[in-house]
Amino acid sequence: MSALTFIVVGLSHKTAPIEVREMLAIPPSRMDEALERLIRYPGIKEGLLLSTCNRVEVYAVVEQAEAGYAQAQEFLADTHLSLTSERLTPHLYRHADDRAMTHLFRVASSLDSMIVGEPQILGQIKDAFESALTHKTTGVILNKVARKAISVAKQVRTQTKIAENAVSVSFAAVELARKIFSTLRDKSVLLVGAGEMAKLAAKHLIAGGVGRVMITTRDSQHALDLAQRFNGTPIPFDQFRHEMAEADIVLCSTGASHYLIRRDDVQAAVRRRMNRPIFLIDISVPRNIDPAVKDVDNAFLFDIDDLELRVEHNLNERRGEAMKAERMVLELEVTPTIVELRKRADDIKQGELEKALAKLANLSPQERNAVEALASGIVNKLLHGSLVTLKAEAESASGAFFVEAARRFFNLNGAAVVGPCTRVRDGSDELSVHAEESEGAPPLGCAGLPARDPGTDG
Amino acid sequence: MFFVAAMVMYFLGTALSLAYLLRRSEALSNILLIVTGLGFLVHTGALLTRMITGGSAPLSSFGEAMSFFSWALVLVFLLVEFRNRVPVLGSFILPIAFISIVSAAALPQEVPTLEPVLKTVWVHVILSMLGTVGFAVAFAAGLMYLIQDGLLKSKRFNVLYAKLPPLDYLDRLNQQSIVLGFPLLTLGIITGALSAEFARGSYLNWNPEQTGALITWLFYFIVLVGRLTVGWRAKRAAYLTIIGFACVVLTFIGVLMKSHGTIA
Repeated sequence: MSALTFIVVGLSHKTAPIEVREMLAIPPSRMDEALERLIRYPGIKEGLLLSTCNRVEVYAVVEQAEAGYAQAQEFLADTHLSLTSERLTPHLYRHADDRAMTHLFRVASSLDSMIVGEPQILGQIKDAFESALTHKTTGVILNKVARKAISVAKQVRTQTKIAENAVSVSFAAVELARKIFSTLRDKSVLLVGAGEMAKLAAKHLIAGGVGRVMITTRDSQHALDLAQRFNGTPIPFDQFRHEMAEADIVLCSTGASHYLIRRDDVQAAVRRRMNRPIFLIDISVPRNIDPAVKDVDNAFLFDIDDLELRVEHNLNERRGEAMKAERMVLELEVTPTIVELRKRADDIKQGELEKALAKLANLSPQERNAVEALASGIVNKLLHGSLVTLKAEAESASGAFFVEAARRFFNLNGAAVVGPCTRVRDGSDELSVHAEESEGAPPLGCAGLPARDPGTDG
Repeated sequence: MFFVAAMVMYFLGTALSLAYLLRRSEALSNILLIVTGLGFLVHTGALLTRMITGGSAPLSSFGEAMSFFSWALVLVFLLVEFRNRVPVLGSFILPIAFISIVSAAALPQEVPTLEPVLKTVWVHVILSMLGTVGFAVAFAAGLMYLIQDGLLKSKRFNVLYAKLPPLDYLDRLNQQSIVLGFPLLTLGIITGALSAEFARGSYLNWNPEQTGALITWLFYFIVLVGRLTVGWRAKRAAYLTIIGFACVVLTFIGVLMKSHGTIA
């Protein structure tokens, strides 16, 4: 039985320092060349390259896992002149079949990211898939797997809150603003001083749609420069308290060692705003806005500690959601393991039964039934406990280890399995794809089930 | 028994909306909407059958007026929810709707025979009740505003904070509800005065209902003018609309005391 195996070889921020990652990174301009080089390796049937600032990975469908690993590694080492294959070895991880799929699912779902839940990775995977499609380096298997990974990632995104909350101080400010203003579109922001964090927050606010930006700094030239950069209006420093009434959001970060904005200033601004709420963010240390401002009605003041607390809280939340997401991805793995386990047990039972029945030729139908029932009974009783444990443990934090252990105990890394969803027919290149792509269909991972529908993608 | 079914549905809707408020998950919001929507349909059915058997708009007793009020309130909630996706509004509005429908059930159910001249009293009832619905929504928005304002000020970012909409949305909802409710109440009071004139020959006889209605009207007039001229918005508007709704509730109680179930 000739078989194809789905593998991944790569490195990420978890396994390799930036020095190594940047040498391997494949810029979009060189993607074409790289894909062509990859697919020229004789053992590599299908290939997809994922290169981001945090990871470089080769996904491939190969004839034989070990040879595939070697070729993929060679490919990676060849990307940069000064790299040797040996030097890469300690940084590389390599997975095959289900492991490789789970890895891709986790990457796509942003569970393997530096900041768990960050949204860019899915786009990057889509892009990588697109380029591979354009260069026709993917085939039936990779197409299936990549599409499934994208759909899993979307599912994780919609069913958990993994990407919901701000995890940076500057973005936390935007998040708070959105609880005061339903839209930022017609709002104006006043930037007092030009600390890095404030500039970043201003950028986020502008990206969030803020209509108008006013900028004031002690050094009026600086304000002019910044105004140009943010497409805003410079305000003379000695007038900004007066202009504050125009601003819905005040972002303050200067090096001043005293309060620049006092309670009375804010009180006056709110009065002139006819009580429309004003949102003040003080990112300076020492603080530049008098904390007493919090007592002014319709003025909402947050300092750096408040924002950091929000971030901390959101990170915690994200960790909890990440656990949920891990479980969702794992579900996709535990189901095929159970199916495989059942099938293996069934195969053994069937084989042994045939042997025994061949020896006991003169059995009455009743006796025959009794022997068959005996075999089934033993198998089912033995399996039942393991399956229940497997299902239960898959939900727990150490679920992945249990699935792995079960696979090893029952020797479930059958060579005929090509990814959990595909099989190859004897001697031919025709692939049969089982898993449905629709969301309601059973999760990927139907190895061992009868093949159906000749591949339509390739 | 449409009416009882509606009551049960509103009770479920209220319970779900309160559970929704206290839990992180958004999952309840859909069930909550389905239950409330069904309740609304059943309630509509109840009002229609009542209209057919009673021969006129089902609004001749105070109980029926309360039932209509509850119906219109749920309608407005569903409309706002469909437009703005704020299921949390239900947590504040559905309890009011439920209390109203229960009080409607508790009040005398028999259809009082009215003088022929009073057959048009339903116009007055519908207008006043729709105006009151506006004030009830403004009350809910005001209450939500004060809670969200308090949470932001004290930096307590709990479940409630996550669920409540942005402050300026609540303030806008508050304003729109009054802007719509006030003219309706004005017309309701005028038609009420006309009905009274027909029935008793005087526009105004300072009974508790009329007195309460006039005080309420004056109060919201000031609230509205204050908002449009001197910026009584945000927190102050929220406080004022809560006080205003208290006036409304007192007026209702006044009506109850006066008529023991009949209007005019």
